[in-house]
Amino acid sequence: MDRSIPWAALSGGRSSTSSRSADRLAATCVWIAAAAVSAVFFWLLSDLVRHGAGQLSWSFLVDAPSNAGRAGGIGPIVLSTAWILAIALGVSLPVGLGTAVLLAEVTSPEAIFGRLVRRSLDVLAGVPSIVFGLFGNAFFCVTLGLGFSILAGGLTLACMVLPILIRSTEEGLRAVPAEYRLGGAALGLGRFTILTRLLLPAATPGLVAGVVLGFGRAIAETAALIFTSGYVDRRPESVFDSGRALSIHIYDLAINIPGGERNAYATALVLVMILLLTNSVASWLGQRLRGQHLHS
Amino acid sequence: MPAHRPFTIWSESYRLSRRVDWLLLWSLRLSAIVSGALVLFITIFVVAEAWPALRNIGVWRFLNDASWYPSGGADGGTFNLVPMFVGTLLTTAGAILLAAPLGVLAAIFRQAYAPPGVGRVYRWLIELLAGIPSVVYGFWGLVVLVPMIARFEPPGASLLAGILILTLMILPTTALASDAALESVPRRYVEGAAALGLGRWAALHCVALPAAGSGIATGVLLATGRALGETMAVLMVCGNVVAVPASLFDPVRTLTANIALEMAYALEDHRSALFVSGLLLLLMVSALVLAAEAVDRRQTVG
Repeated sequence: MDRSIPWAALSGGRSSTSSRSADRLAATCVWIAAAAVSAVFFWLLSDLVRHGAGQLSWSFLVDAPSNAGRAGGIGPIVLSTAWILAIALGVSLPVGLGTAVLLAEVTSPEAIFGRLVRRSLDVLAGVPSIVFGLFGNAFFCVTLGLGFSILAGGLTLACMVLPILIRSTEEGLRAVPAEYRLGGAALGLGRFTILTRLLLPAATPGLVAGVVLGFGRAIAETAALIFTSGYVDRRPESVFDSGRALSIHIYDLAINIPGGERNAYATALVLVMILLLTNSVASWLGQRLRGQHLHS
Repeated sequence: MPAHRPFTIWSESYRLSRRVDWLLLWSLRLSAIVSGALVLFITIFVVAEAWPALRNIGVWRFLNDASWYPSGGADGGTFNLVPMFVGTLLTTAGAILLAAPLGVLAAIFRQAYAPPGVGRVYRWLIELLAGIPSVVYGFWGLVVLVPMIARFEPPGASLLAGILILTLMILPTTALASDAALESVPRRYVEGAAALGLGRWAALHCVALPAAGSGIATGVLLATGRALGETMAVLMVCGNVVAVPASLFDPVRTLTANIALEMAYALEDHRSALFVSGLLLLLMVSALVLAAEAVDRRQTVG
């Protein structure tokens, strides 16, 4: 179905010459703005590749940093990052899934409880990351006594990615045709069976897209981790050790370590490559999800 | 819209699975309560940590103390947050002034000017831009933008650098929101404009943009929230001097950067004062999110 707007039909406004020249002026402005945006983007990316690609190698990814990060690799930092992300997603996934199922399948759109939860999740999605950092430090590090640790950082990020997970999973569930539920009910299946055997498998694209988006948000995060998971760049022994995430490594090399620029570039390139990959996966899944919407 | 939630249909049947379903329902409710209450819990925690400073120091001194020297001396230090607040407002305002028009132009480009293939690539590009971490923007600003500005007007790390980097960061938000708003303008509006013989710009300016107005406004409000709360990028390029800047080329420190810089060693009243600035950020951003939703809702109702 073509629901695109027929802009091309408007290209030659056949009225007065003054509106023609206004048209031309507007087109020029629009093209210049668009070109400027993409030029800056390519400038940034090409800078990262030009200065970072030279350092990239297998040993850079697995070796420990030496000389405060100026030399060596990012091995322990990759490991800490993986731990933090695993905790963040492992904790937020069950809670987010439960909330999404409740919002999409149980409460009616008009119910006060559902509206309240949704509103507060929207506010949560807008909370600045530094405020998450303050909260994580006060609650997980001090009140719960976890100190600067991978666990505290992971839990802080879990709070952060929760709204993203819920929104995407809810969308996925809403895209499942109503016939699935009616068919399941007609067969006399219980809620649990319908949910696990019919709805969740059918809503997988939304769920996976949410996980991928949450992963992207979490791996890009810096400010919320400075005071929760900390700076230590050694290989973590357990989740109660402090561990440095990739993003914090970039920050530290750029600000605190003179001569750390080269490895900061390489780490930034690694991080951006991971994000480009996850974003492409997410937008591909999003397209599949919208496709389902249309066919339902 | 498909009829979801036929749980009401299933609920009365089949006792065998009833107990499982009851457990399921309550675990769903429990997780929804946890997610829904989280933002309240965070607010309460930040307020509790900020309370000692609000009581011992008081709002008056946050506004009127001679300087920001929070860990200083026997008299307990001074706590003027105004320069940081002004820094946050100036960087945000500057970034919005640039990112809002640029974002709208980028959306107009994709919707009305770009050939279909180019439009698709362009959207993909903006989405990638949205995914780049703030610390990478900050790093790039530090090694590329700041030295460039320093060549014209030292020291380089300045309000201007902060505004430019923030603009890049929030541009995808305004562009994607405007894009979605323009896309949802009914096809017949534009067809009507074409039938009236309007040119492309006239149709955009007089028909499509007004129809997309509230969607664009929602995007701008959300982008403002992002700019207010952004930490790493401004921390790395703004110079972080505590003073109200006299020009675009003077360094500034924002509320967020102040927290990130001082949290590591802050104790007692100083630590608590940082939570006060966190609370201030939290309140401003929540107000913006709720305002954005109000604009959005009025659109769907009206």
